[in-house]
Amino acid sequence: MNKQLTSLALAAAMAMPAAAQQLSVEVVHWWTSGGEATALNVLKTNLEKQGVKWNDMPVAGGGGEAAMTAVRARVTSGNPPTTMQSMGYDIRDWAKQGVLADLNAVAAKEQWDKNVPQALQKFSKYDGKWIAVPVNIHSTNWVWANKDVLTKSGVTGDIKTWDEFIEAAKKVQKAGFVALAHGGQPWQEATVFDGIVLVTGGVDYYRKAFIELDAKALNSPTTLQVFQRMSQLRQLVDKDFSGRDWNVASGMVISGKAGFQIMGDWAKGEFLNAKKVPGTDFLCFRVPGSQGTVSFNSDQFAMFKLGGDKAAAQAKLASAIMDPAFQSAFNVVKGSVPARTDVPDAAFDACGKKGMKDLAEASAKNTLVGSIAHGHAVPASIKNAIYDVITRHFNGQLDDKKAVAELVAAVKN
Amino acid sequence: MRAGALPRLLISPSALLVLVCVYGFIAFTFYLSFTPSTLMPQYEWAGAVSYTRLLSLENWSVSLSNLQVFAGMYILCALALGLGLAILIDQKIRAESAFRSIFLYPMALSFIVTGTAWKWLLDPGVGLERTVHSLGWEGFSFSWIKDSDLAIYCVVIAAVWQTAGFVMAMFLAGLRGVDTEQINAARVDGAKAWQIYLRIVIPQLGPVFVSAFVILAHMAVKSYDLVIALTNGGPGRSTWLPSVFMYQYSFTRNEMAVGAASSVLMLLAIAAVVLPYLYSEMKKVKHGG
Repeated sequence: MNKQLTSLALAAAMAMPAAAQQLSVEVVHWWTSGGEATALNVLKTNLEKQGVKWNDMPVAGGGGEAAMTAVRARVTSGNPPTTMQSMGYDIRDWAKQGVLADLNAVAAKEQWDKNVPQALQKFSKYDGKWIAVPVNIHSTNWVWANKDVLTKSGVTGDIKTWDEFIEAAKKVQKAGFVALAHGGQPWQEATVFDGIVLVTGGVDYYRKAFIELDAKALNSPTTLQVFQRMSQLRQLVDKDFSGRDWNVASGMVISGKAGFQIMGDWAKGEFLNAKKVPGTDFLCFRVPGSQGTVSFNSDQFAMFKLGGDKAAAQAKLASAIMDPAFQSAFNVVKGSVPARTDVPDAAFDACGKKGMKDLAEASAKNTLVGSIAHGHAVPASIKNAIYDVITRHFNGQLDDKKAVAELVAAVKN
Repeated sequence: MRAGALPRLLISPSALLVLVCVYGFIAFTFYLSFTPSTLMPQYEWAGAVSYTRLLSLENWSVSLSNLQVFAGMYILCALALGLGLAILIDQKIRAESAFRSIFLYPMALSFIVTGTAWKWLLDPGVGLERTVHSLGWEGFSFSWIKDSDLAIYCVVIAAVWQTAGFVMAMFLAGLRGVDTEQINAARVDGAKAWQIYLRIVIPQLGPVFVSAFVILAHMAVKSYDLVIALTNGGPGRSTWLPSVFMYQYSFTRNEMAVGAASSVLMLLAIAAVVLPYLYSEMKKVKHGG
């Protein structure tokens, strides 16, 4: 028996890997699709040049839910990865648990405070400490349109106001196309909602109602009008919209089945992959009436608290992510814009250039607000309660008035 | 070495695993439901806060009422269809074993596959409705899955399709165990086939009904993958079941304690069905069946 135990112990000791001599980082993310993976590869090569080994831990699926669950288990057992792709209030939730690192040393050296928009710093810093590093800034108040379909439907000129947009969409519908390509999933309905809130109530109302959750602002005629506008859109989708994925909806615009899609700028990747050119094949403009304001969401790498040489590797990773050249290369592929405002826009296409200009302007004018739909306005539990109301209203289970009442109740819960 | 020591030794690792991984984690979940856990487990005691919150949430009551509709319809339809198929196959037909396998096959699929296949079938844009249109019947409409009031019945259809064959197999085994003497006696008395089934055979299938009911009831309560694949809880939240609620609250809404509380209630619901059944089975074994 004893003999057996000894041999077992020996075998186990032999199976143990030799202690790592090299700095390495372990990155949990859900960027497994072609373009995103390519973009991340840039980061990997940059780091390996600096002698930091990259351990890729992709967890596919569900906008990161699966990754979140995997990391939760690891943090609970005291073995966190170096970093994890994370978003908005989720990062603050992690920070509240006291498990994130303090990156202030790197941040001070590289002047992140100056170059990252204030509105975004709310999610990259907690208690005055940098805890996460933003890779990009997406915005949700975009419309994507098929130019050819618009021409065939007799829609000409710029669409500047909401009413003009509805009019144009009706023309498209009359011409026999689907006016609005939309996938009936709660987060997609909420993404559309972002833009409509901005159009209807402006930035101040947006902040009061959906960030400060002010009951009076939520229970106002403005909110009723927001839902009325959602109902207008409900008339413009096709009958099979329920459950459709967002990229399938983008495909409808690309292939000329549909005229418009209201979706975040990740939709641009679909158009570019289909070899479509901005300005000639498709148009990108802000949700009509929301020009000058931007509702954003940002992918960040939340950094976990680690010790020793792991922390050194982590600092290198953080500075590699914030490197302007990387930010430019990554975001050209991703469809988003850099998370710092001092990156040149030379490499970007027309929509990307517009996105960067809008962002800089909104950041300067303080009209940059976190997206309701993508967890940059309220914590996950409230966000999902808002989803419930929006999606039930859009599916005809609540009328406009009831939706307002339900929204007030949901936020309280 | 006593006789029986070796079997015990062989069984002990798996018994230990079950003890830790099943009962240990049930206890852990039970404890979590009394903590203030949100994003990650926290271990301080918070009392029944998460239970009161759970019971006040409309999402929970919607999930429960959906479960009522789903479980009721599912158990009824699966029992009726299973019994019907079993009786038909029991008529000494040709190729009986071929039919048996055909009806049993769906059981071999996982619910994810069933859900995905039915999602396509029921989707008006690609499935049944479109096929019928292309055959020339333009007025045909079947879009239940897109309708908030009817989507839950789509879940019932897919679930029944999956399990009816299994219920059939159970009833078939039961039918084969019915006393043939009585049947022959009834035949001699000039009873018709349907009378024989109604008066003699079915009353003797009581134990099979109970077993089938227990299996179907616990399957209904823990249904998750089918809903996720078929409708993902939509349209709106019209096909949310308690299991969907549990996953949502534990893993996407960062309310782990509420999620844990809901799973405790689900466990109690299943236990209420299964425990009496197990108890009666145990008693049978003790009394030599």
